[in-house]
Amino acid sequence: MSTNVVLVVAIVVLVACGTTLVLERSLTRILVGFVMLGNGVNLVFLVASGEAGSAPIIGSSDEPMTDPLPQAMVLTAIVITLGVTAFGLALAYRAWQLTGHDDVQDDVEDDLVTRRADLDHPSASFDDVTAGMPDEEGEDEPEPTPQVGGRHTDEGTHPREEAR
Amino acid sequence: MTQIVVLPVLLPLLGAGLCLVFGRSAAAQRIISVVVLGAVVVTAATLLVRSDRYGPQSVSIGGWGPDIGISLVADRLSALMLLVSTFVTLCVLLYSFGQGIVEYGRETPLSVFHPTFLVLSAGVSNAFLSADLFNLFVGFEVLLAASYVLITLGGTEARIRAGTIYVIVSLISSTIFLIALACIYAATGTVNFAELAIRLGELPPGVAQMLQLLLLVTFCIKAAVFPLSAWLPDSYPTAPAPVTAVFAGLLTKVGIYAIVRTQTLLFPGDGLRGLLLWASILTMVIGILGAVAQSDIKRILSFTLVSHIGFMLFGIAYATQLGLSGAIFYIAHHITVQTVLFLIAGLIEYRSGTTNLSRLGGLARSAPLLSVLFFVPAMNLAGIPPFSGFLGKVALGQAGIAAGDWLAITAVVASIVTSLLTLYAIVKVWNRAFWQPVDPDAEHEDEDIWSHGPLHGHEQVSTGTQVTTMWEKVATEQRIPLSMGLPTVLLVAFSVGLTVFAGPLFAITDRAGAELLQRTPYISAVLGDQR
Repeated sequence: MSTNVVLVVAIVVLVACGTTLVLERSLTRILVGFVMLGNGVNLVFLVASGEAGSAPIIGSSDEPMTDPLPQAMVLTAIVITLGVTAFGLALAYRAWQLTGHDDVQDDVEDDLVTRRADLDHPSASFDDVTAGMPDEEGEDEPEPTPQVGGRHTDEGTHPREEAR
Repeated sequence: MTQIVVLPVLLPLLGAGLCLVFGRSAAAQRIISVVVLGAVVVTAATLLVRSDRYGPQSVSIGGWGPDIGISLVADRLSALMLLVSTFVTLCVLLYSFGQGIVEYGRETPLSVFHPTFLVLSAGVSNAFLSADLFNLFVGFEVLLAASYVLITLGGTEARIRAGTIYVIVSLISSTIFLIALACIYAATGTVNFAELAIRLGELPPGVAQMLQLLLLVTFCIKAAVFPLSAWLPDSYPTAPAPVTAVFAGLLTKVGIYAIVRTQTLLFPGDGLRGLLLWASILTMVIGILGAVAQSDIKRILSFTLVSHIGFMLFGIAYATQLGLSGAIFYIAHHITVQTVLFLIAGLIEYRSGTTNLSRLGGLARSAPLLSVLFFVPAMNLAGIPPFSGFLGKVALGQAGIAAGDWLAITAVVASIVTSLLTLYAIVKVWNRAFWQPVDPDAEHEDEDIWSHGPLHGHEQVSTGTQVTTMWEKVATEQRIPLSMGLPTVLLVAFSVGLTVFAGPLFAITDRAGAELLQRTPYISAVLGDQR
C-alpha cells in the first residue's frame, strides 16, 4: 500500500502546532490548538482509508472506489469538533466576562494544601488531641476557652508570622 | 423482543427533545424525565433477565450489516451496568427536584437541566450498549458534551474555572481516541468489536500492542487512572450536588467499562498485566493519600473516587473469571455508594451551607437521621463487613491470591492499605462533621494562607468553599425537604440491598466474567445477525 506523503506532512504540521498551542495558558489558544489537532487527526482517517479512487457510489464508475466508511467517520468527528469548539468559545467568553482574561487557572484547593505544607501549618483537617474533643460520652463538650496546644501555642515563632 | 436494546438510547433522546419543547413548564419537564428514565430502568431490567437467560441481545440498526452499520448489544456486563446506572440516574433526578428550590434560582436556568441530563443518560446507555468502537466514541462524546453543560451550569466563576480544565482534558482524550480509531481502521479495516476480535489476533503482535496501548490511554484518562487522574478532584467538587453525584457514579465507570470490554474482547490474554497492576496499585495508594490531605467533604470523596478506580483495574488486570467477576461486582457497588455519598454531601451543604470540615460540626446531634444516612454508605465505601464493599474487596483479594505471584500479592496488600486509609479519611469526616462541635476560630485560618500572594490567574480567590459561604447566610440550619431525603434513602436502601442480594449478584457477575473470557457468545451474537 502506498501512502500520500503530502497528507502525512500536513498531519505532522497540524498535530505539532496543535500540541504546542494546547500547552498554552489561554483558553482561546488552546481551542485554536484543538481545532488544528482535530483537523490533523481527521487527515489520519483519510490516510487510513487507503488509496483514493472514484466516488463511492455503486455502479457510477468501473474504477476502484474510495472506502466511504472513514469519510463517514470524519464527518461525524467534524460535527463533534464544531459543537465542542463552539462550547469552548462560549466558555472562554464567559471567563473573560467574569475575570477579564481567559487563562486556565490553578486549582485553588490543591494550592491551599501545598501552601499549608510549605508554611508547616497543620492541615485544616488535622485532629488536635488536646483541642476540645468531646470524649465518648460528650461530657467535656463545648469548651468556651481558647484552645491550647497544637496549632495556636507556637504562634510567635510560627513561620506564618515571620512571613508577614 | 431484541428490539428493546435500542430503547435505553432512543427514549432519553426523545425525552430530551420533548423537554426542550416544554421548556417553559417545569412540571411537564419533571414528568417527562421521570417517565422516560423509569421506562429505561424497566428496559434495562428486562435486558438483564433476557441476556442472562438467552445470551447477548443484539440489534443491527436500520438493517445494515455489522460490518458497515451500527450494532447495539446487551450482554450480561452491559445490561448489569445499564441497570445500575439508570437506577442511580433516576434517583439523582428525583433528588434534583428537591434541590431545585434552592439551587436553581435566577443563576441556574432550570429549563436546560432536564434535557441535558437526559442526553447524558442517552450517552451513557449508548456507550454501554455499543458494539463498535466508533459508536462507543460517539456515546462518549454525547455524554461528555452533556457533562460540559452540566459542570458549568449557571456559569459562576468557580464552575467556569473547574469546567475549563475538565473540557480541555476531555478534548485531549477524545483526540487520542480518534487517533486510535484511525490506526485501528488502517490496520484492520473495521471498527466492529466482533470483527476486530477476530482480525486483531491476526496482526503482528507489536502493532496490536500499540493499538491496545492507545485505547488504554484514552480510557484511562476517562476513568481517571493514575497518572492520568489529576483532572478529576479538581473539576468535580464545584458542580451542583446532583451533577457531581451522577458524574462520580457514572462517567468514570463508563471508562472502566470500556477498559473491560476492550481488554477482554479485543485483546484477550494478560499481555499488559504488569502495567495494569502497577497502574492500579498507584491509583489506589496515591488517590487515597490525596483524600487524607483534603479538608472538604466533596474533595475527600473525589479523591476516594479516584482511589477506588484502582480496585476495579486490579480485577481487570488478572483477566481471570474470578478477577473480572470481582471487578464487575465492585463497579456496581461503587456506582451506588459513591453517588449516594455525593448526594449526602449535597444534603450536608444544603443544611449547613458548607462542606468544609473546618466549619462543620455537631451534625450527629442536630441531624441524627442524616448521620445514619452518611454512616451506612461511608462504612460501605471503606469496606467494613458485612457491606457490599467488603464483599467486593474480598472477591478481588481472592483473585489476587489465586494469581499468586509477588506483584499480585503486592496489589492485594496495597488494596488492604487503601481500605484502611479510606476508613481513616471517612472517619475523619465523621468525627469532624458529625461528632465534634464547630471550631469557632476556623474562619480565619484560610485568610492567613491567602495573604501570601495570589495564584496564577486569580485576582481574587474564588474557591468552592467561598461560593458556598454565599449560601451559608441563606441556608443555615435548614430542614432537608422530603423530596431530597427520600431519593437518598432509596439509594442507601439500594446499596444495602446489594449487600443482602450479593449471592445472586455474584452469580450473575460470575457468569458475566465467564462470558467475557469465552468471547464467542458476544461475537456470534453480533455476526450472527449478518444478512
